[in-house]
Amino acid sequence: MKYLTQLLIIFAFTFLGEALSALLPLPIPASIYGLVLLFLALKLKLVRTQQVEDVGSFFISLLPILFVAPMVDLMDCWETLRSALLPSLAVIVVSTVFVFYISGRVTELVLRKQEEKHHD
Amino acid sequence: MTEFLSENALWALTLTVAAYQLGAWVQKKTRIAALSPILTGAALVIVLLIVLKVPNAQYQAGMTHLSFLLTPCTVCFGIPLYKQLDRLKGNLTAIFAGVFAGAAASIFLIAGMCFFLRTENAVSIALLPKSITTAMALPLSEKAGGLVPLTAAAVILSGILGNVAGEGIAKASKICHPIAKGVAFGTASHVAGTAKAAELDELTGAVSSLSLVVAGILTAVLMPFLLPLFA
Repeated sequence: MKYLTQLLIIFAFTFLGEALSALLPLPIPASIYGLVLLFLALKLKLVRTQQVEDVGSFFISLLPILFVAPMVDLMDCWETLRSALLPSLAVIVVSTVFVFYISGRVTELVLRKQEEKHHD
Repeated sequence: MTEFLSENALWALTLTVAAYQLGAWVQKKTRIAALSPILTGAALVIVLLIVLKVPNAQYQAGMTHLSFLLTPCTVCFGIPLYKQLDRLKGNLTAIFAGVFAGAAASIFLIAGMCFFLRTENAVSIALLPKSITTAMALPLSEKAGGLVPLTAAAVILSGILGNVAGEGIAKASKICHPIAKGVAFGTASHVAGTAKAAELDELTGAVSSLSLVVAGILTAVLMPFLLPLFA
């Protein structure tokens, strides 16, 4: 029963997210509405952590496996993308690595600056 | 055979989970971090589909029964975000600075590279939103006249690249703080990167999920300013 209730709450928030995403004209997907709503419900104590935690962790641990099928799906798109393949791959690899580097470094630097201030 | 397979979805689910588990076992045994079970699992599935002459479309049709979980699984990041709230509060400036730097760098670097590589406009536009989550990137690309299948492929590749190489990049560039790592995973590699971030540490996963949301919104806001380059 415990897991069933948790599943119900998570599905209900997902459904609310789907509904908001369909009703509101913003380019925000259902998953993000649902994430924010679930966060707010926890913050406002409408839902307690123990009421979603176990199934929540299970779902989060499931995530990587959900990316296998989209990877496999790439086998069918080579034909359409062949003409732009090399430049696209170059852009994807270079920009992903650079964005990872720059966002991580900037955060790290600001965090350090703040820590130094605390020590002064 | 084909008829049975098209009516029964369980073979696709079983195959995927088995291939992933085998990949995870190989990664553990070889201790090569780059051998992500997402990559080895997908490679194994592709080889089997080709050898058994099963069309990819049929496999994908079976996998929709699992893929629909992507939305509720992403919603669940509301939980670590709430649990880690106290550790996030004092660090919001650093998080937003990092995400903003990353999202802006992403879109300007892609625009610049496309400009110099002289890619077609539909290709350039398709690549601009590639670091954000699929559900946000596809509509942005479509509305601006981008090649939508390319956006879909680019989003997946960016996600998997961050998932697989992120730890290595973080180590090489001295991104050590769990919050800084989370920002990097979420900003560069959306949900796929966040999946890896959550494996590393709950705080890193929470920050990554927050970053992917902020990066998505920032990209949607910034992208229109660069579109005149590719009109």
